[in-house]
Amino acid sequence: MSAQGLPGAAPTIDQDGPATSRIGVGRRLAGLMRWEVLLLGILVALILVGTSLSKVFLSGANFANLTSAIGEVAIMALPMTLIIITGEIDLSVESMAGLAGAVLGWLWAAGVPLQIGIPMVLCVGIMGGLLNGLLVSRAALPSLVVTLGTLALFRGLANVVLGPRAISDFPSWFTGFGFGNVPGTSIPWTLAVFAVLAIVFVAVTHRTWLGRWVFATGKNKDASRYSGIRVDRVKLVLFAISGLIAALAGVLLAARFSSARADNGTGLTLTVVTIVVLGGVDINGGKGTIIGVILAAAVLAVLQSALRLSGISSEYQGVAVGLLLIVSVIAPQIARQTRTLLVRAAMGRHSPAGPNAPGEVVGR
Amino acid sequence: MTHGLAGDPPDPAGRAPGASVVASGATIALTGISKRFGATQALDDISLELRPGEVHGLVGENGAGKSTLVKILAGVYRPDSGSILVDGAPREISDPGTARSLGISVVHQEPRLFPDLSVAENVYLADPPSGRLGSVSWREMRRLSAALFDELDVRIDVTAPARGLSMADQQLVEIAKALSIDARVLVLDEPTASLSAHEVDRLFSIVERTRDRGVVVLFVSHRLDEIFRICDVATVFRDGRSIVTERISELTTADLVRHMVGRSVSLFPKADAHIGETLLEARGLARAGEFRDISFEVHAGEIVGLAGLVGAGRTEIARVLFGITQRTAGEVLLKGEPVRFASPSEALRAGVAYVPEDRHQDGLVLDFSIADNVTLPILPRLFPRLFVRRSTERALAQRYVDQLRVRTTGVDQLASALSGGNQQKVVLAKWLATEPLVLLLDEPTRGVDIGAKVEVHRIISDLASSGLGIVLISSDLPEALAMSDRIIVLHEGRITAEIPRDRATEEAVMFAATGQNPEDGVAEVPPDGR
Ligand SMILES: Nc1ncnc2c1ncn2[C@@H]1O[C@H](COP(=O)(O)OP(=O)(O)OP(=O)(O)O)[C@@H](O)[C@H]1O
Ligand SMILES: [Mg+2]
Repeated sequence: MSAQGLPGAAPTIDQDGPATSRIGVGRRLAGLMRWEVLLLGILVALILVGTSLSKVFLSGANFANLTSAIGEVAIMALPMTLIIITGEIDLSVESMAGLAGAVLGWLWAAGVPLQIGIPMVLCVGIMGGLLNGLLVSRAALPSLVVTLGTLALFRGLANVVLGPRAISDFPSWFTGFGFGNVPGTSIPWTLAVFAVLAIVFVAVTHRTWLGRWVFATGKNKDASRYSGIRVDRVKLVLFAISGLIAALAGVLLAARFSSARADNGTGLTLTVVTIVVLGGVDINGGKGTIIGVILAAAVLAVLQSALRLSGISSEYQGVAVGLLLIVSVIAPQIARQTRTLLVRAAMGRHSPAGPNAPGEVVGR
Repeated sequence: MTHGLAGDPPDPAGRAPGASVVASGATIALTGISKRFGATQALDDISLELRPGEVHGLVGENGAGKSTLVKILAGVYRPDSGSILVDGAPREISDPGTARSLGISVVHQEPRLFPDLSVAENVYLADPPSGRLGSVSWREMRRLSAALFDELDVRIDVTAPARGLSMADQQLVEIAKALSIDARVLVLDEPTASLSAHEVDRLFSIVERTRDRGVVVLFVSHRLDEIFRICDVATVFRDGRSIVTERISELTTADLVRHMVGRSVSLFPKADAHIGETLLEARGLARAGEFRDISFEVHAGEIVGLAGLVGAGRTEIARVLFGITQRTAGEVLLKGEPVRFASPSEALRAGVAYVPEDRHQDGLVLDFSIADNVTLPILPRLFPRLFVRRSTERALAQRYVDQLRVRTTGVDQLASALSGGNQQKVVLAKWLATEPLVLLLDEPTRGVDIGAKVEVHRIISDLASSGLGIVLISSDLPEALAMSDRIIVLHEGRITAEIPRDRATEEAVMFAATGQNPEDGVAEVPPDGR
């Protein structure tokens, strides 16, 4: 619980108030402290560092390399963003990706053509997502626990379906999705898929009322329900989409590895969550932008590539991702505080008295 | 008349002019207090003296700056300029802890309890009674808080968690919390806004006793009759300035209103509407543990008042009608068709809207702008092609902001930056925008100032005339009486009387509300609809 209910605490108040000319400079500085702007700065800096490290860095080959390595993760980060904004989380995505690959391999091995197999696998994803969503919204269980369970469950199912086998005799048009570029361009397929999805997610999240519903749900569940938003339905649909996209990521993974194995995708959830949080999405729900998450994915891709090019071993790359996750949770906090300080300094005011952060109030 | 005019600046020693006054001395003297939020000058050079043994009333329109002043006294905000003298010595009230140590005890406008702590823990959170070895004495805590609620004549389980308490009960817990401290200054910011007459009586007798002990009391309310009942002095704020401070005996209601709004206001323009077909009907409605045997009809063009004491089950009935909770017996008919709403969204689609009483919890997304809040329930209807048009939203919100006179820097301002009464106006706007068939209003004018209240009443009356069926829940008995075509009185979850407009008096309603036999002239239960 937040400090909100402490005795003497005032109702939720934005200490900063609206901008005025009096506080122009501080405001403008504070505006620059926007997390997305910072991310963009970091991205540019990393690219400069990378270029100075190696001439290969900006080459087309490295670009393809770098984007395809992050592609599946970035794709899964899109629905994850919305789920986290509603105040939930889906930890099961990596296992769903593994399960999707396993089922696809099994179907292929059983003689089912991919044109039928892929849609079937995507349906498996939706069903898995619906399972998560039903447990969270209908049974009112915490998503952290539910999806921790399905994280194990989906992986277990993948092992049941495929066992220790690896299916790798996929046709070349399929594996081409993993490696190749969109015909006539130098854009890797994974990047193209991500770009299309990203545009759809930006539009839906920030331009339609469906996105408004997601934010409202994350900011005040009760007021949303009273406003006729079916909060349960919103969550259910988001989990289903997350399952679908995870399955799609699983298909892309199988294509890129040219093999379907039960352990495909192990460990990716951590990276997905890292990207979302690095993107400035509040882990407590209610706040965030898709643009921030896209930038965060780019930062991570460039960082990994730079680390690889400078010969740092993959173990240490893992350490770097872990550090990044921690930093990205702390940094926006610091940015926000700096921002408040700047505004306050510009207004010539002292620090506020008493706890004023928005928080939980008594509900029914 | 000369009594401590707030405009009189005290001399440097903090003493007000006037020899006899110097003897007792102002316990709290505020001089030249200003406070600005961005573009809003919330307080502008306010001077005010609060004297022991006086209840000082503070009135003003929504957004006039009353709560801002209260929060400065509570140490939540620090003034941009000005000084505060406590017992003649300048003090900085830099945080709520300092306020408490100076003996300033505050009930804020919006209750803020810890939902997972018990009522007793909420009351004694800041200053728990200690047992042996300095540990918290839980038994003592329970005993003391139970005694406090006894004094308020409130039945409440002090060991139960605060979660799920009604607005009125939350407010009463905050009041008990303020009374639990042995305060020298008691500040009450609209403590009665969701209380019914009975609880107000009890509160006032406690306030009077407290005052007679020499405690300084600052009392904020939009119910002017209360100001006249309890206050010795009243100050009127307008647009962050102190307009007048006057002994209450020198004032009339009309004076107060004129000072507040700068014009005279005539009350309650309820029009006689043509009463049409039955829109909503409840038959033997019940929800275990809350209410039972509830039968009534709401016709087109009719305003049906639900009256009763706190805890009588009025809100609970509305919540079932709106699909938030489910009934355990009985049936509901909408235009003659049996309905059961599994969720508010079904109710809204069928044309039933509900203005909830708790604006922070259920009414608003505080972190959304005014425009975003107003359109939230109607987005799919407003934008059938999914994409939101800001200009449409803002225009719609602006219309209501103008009509209800919301004091704001613009429709893009966050709801959290509005004063309590202005937030309430946004809640109303939001539900009016749904253009329902049946409108359930739960304390629609809680914390709304007198000018805007008249406007709200006019809107309600107009809506009824245009053929809506309206259910009005209001603890403000004069409001319920003035607006309702028929009043249904509840006592402990059951209907005890149904009184038509021409026979509805305060006495008749209060009689039935306290569970006594209705006087003659009052329809007996059960009513046969009409
Ligand atoms: N944190 C804030 N940020 C911006 N503006 C604010 C903030 N707090 C208050 N205001 C503005 O200051 C003005 C005074 O607000 P205040 O809450 O003191 O009014 P009030 O007299 O208590 O009104 P009400 O009767 O509605 O409770 C309002 O215009 C309000 O919008
Ligand atoms: Mg107020």
